[in-house]
Amino acid sequence: MSAPERSVAATVGALDVERLRRDFPALAQEVRGRPLVYLDNAATAHKPRAVLEAVQHYYAREYSNVHRGVHWLSERATEAYEGAREKVRAFLNAPDRREIVFVRGTTEAINLVAASWGGANLRPGDEVLVTEMEHHSNIVPWQLVCERTGAVLRVAPIDDDGNLLVEEFERLCGERTRIVAVTQLSNALGTINPVRRLVEIAHAHGALALVDGAQAAPHMPVDVQALGCDFYAFSGHKLYGPTGIGVLWARRELLEAMPPYQGGGEMIRQVTFEGSTWAPPPAKFEAGTPHIVGAIGLGAAIDYVRGVGLEAIARHERELLAYADEALAEVPGLRLIGRARERAGLVSFVFDDIHPHDVGTILDHEGVAVRAGHHCAMPVMQRYGVPATARASFALYNTREDIDALVAALHRVRSMFGR
Amino acid sequence: MSDLRDLYQEVIFDHNRNPRNFGRLEGATHRAEGFNPLCGDQLTLYLKVGEDGRIEDVAFEGKGCAISTASASLLTESVRGRTLEEAERLFRGFHAMIMDEPAGEPVELGKLEVLAGVKEFPARVKCATLAWHTLHAAIEGQEQVSTE
Ligand SMILES: Cc1ncc(COP(=O)(O)O)c(C=O)c1O
Repeated sequence: MSAPERSVAATVGALDVERLRRDFPALAQEVRGRPLVYLDNAATAHKPRAVLEAVQHYYAREYSNVHRGVHWLSERATEAYEGAREKVRAFLNAPDRREIVFVRGTTEAINLVAASWGGANLRPGDEVLVTEMEHHSNIVPWQLVCERTGAVLRVAPIDDDGNLLVEEFERLCGERTRIVAVTQLSNALGTINPVRRLVEIAHAHGALALVDGAQAAPHMPVDVQALGCDFYAFSGHKLYGPTGIGVLWARRELLEAMPPYQGGGEMIRQVTFEGSTWAPPPAKFEAGTPHIVGAIGLGAAIDYVRGVGLEAIARHERELLAYADEALAEVPGLRLIGRARERAGLVSFVFDDIHPHDVGTILDHEGVAVRAGHHCAMPVMQRYGVPATARASFALYNTREDIDALVAALHRVRSMFGR
Repeated sequence: MSDLRDLYQEVIFDHNRNPRNFGRLEGATHRAEGFNPLCGDQLTLYLKVGEDGRIEDVAFEGKGCAISTASASLLTESVRGRTLEEAERLFRGFHAMIMDEPAGEPVELGKLEVLAGVKEFPARVKCATLAWHTLHAAIEGQEQVSTE
């Protein structure tokens, strides 16, 4: 399976969504006696057959541990695992395959950077700058390392529409700022951040920049060289790949200098009881048997999305978002949370007098799966003074009919509540 | 298949729209705060226990979904005038009903039975029990309780 470079978008212009939907067996099922309308893609996306088959095939035919055996199967497994690393490299346009570290997901990637880079480099009084719209996984690892090192966490505010206040960000980025950690696309608000600009600001102050790409990677082309960042993290499961696999990309010099995150097999050069030396990256950060088949499944997912074309996916989802904005404006009493100038992938909303959990339960009964909750972004909920929101989030396989079903179900919510 | 109307009965909408005994209670002898971190629900429950050991007055405030608000409102109506022991017994009976487990002892739940439909909605069990866990905490003298 070589990475297909062709883009359907270039030839067709629009996605053939009906055809693509047939690639996803999970979409064909009924829930509660109704066809599934899956609008919880920001939580996790369904898997195309290509991914399911890759996972099945590797377990059934080419499975073995990697980097360990001299036998045929182990060589095949190693080749496939390292092949997946190359696919990730190409997907991110990273300069070097050795900069791709396989981890459990975005959460582990950020924890790795915070613990390893942060633990080695942060001093009392140093500052870590995040934004008010971060996911808990881009807040809590920094709090932990700040507690350990005496560094201080600073938070750049957002406005009422969910735009990051870039001037405030710039003002907060100062002499003591050692790293900024920002999401490229907010999972709670749908805001797209001007990451390139934020990275420039960080670098101008001598700070490093980590980008949380958990939401961005499935929805827009990503080029870490164009972004100019130092670390990039994303999760396989939101990109139509398996759970339990994700990626940390980091510039090679940084990985070379950073201490190991976990110790064990694979990450060493030599071990004696007097002391050990480390393997070069990425092995240094991949202690133990990795999620081999997860990585291979992620490689298949990347082939799939690149085959469809990220530009085409982004365009399709932009149309869905515009359609949803218009349709939701017609639902009385509904208020969008997050109306930033640049948005993608999702709509987050509340009713003033109906709790999101009630909305979620009633929608579920109509076969419409959305997320109701704080979306692991409690500070965002506090910022807007709501306990939770309902969120509909899109994938390449969603259609206008899905949004029509959402809106019809929302009308049902209102009529049930007699409002 | 579970029917939505089993969950959202008219009585529940009524208690959600017009929660009974809503607000602060001056002179409370017991007080606890309950959180449901999953949905951001939060409520404070107040009890005023008389010299005879009975709940003379009870109130709650906070915000939550229809199920948690109605459940709290119904709770206040059903524990008023009871001893703390009786209130705890009601909690055990209510819990058994929601979890669809056999009650260890016979308990007259009365109008609390409108919440029986919750057992078909596992994702909403914590909404229905938040007020009761908070009541239990208040009786035990704990100040805060979380359903997670
Ligand atoms: C913006 C953002 N960052 C980080 C994460 C964490 O990803 P994971 O749970 O896959 O580690 C998520 C997932 O919900 C997210 O939306």
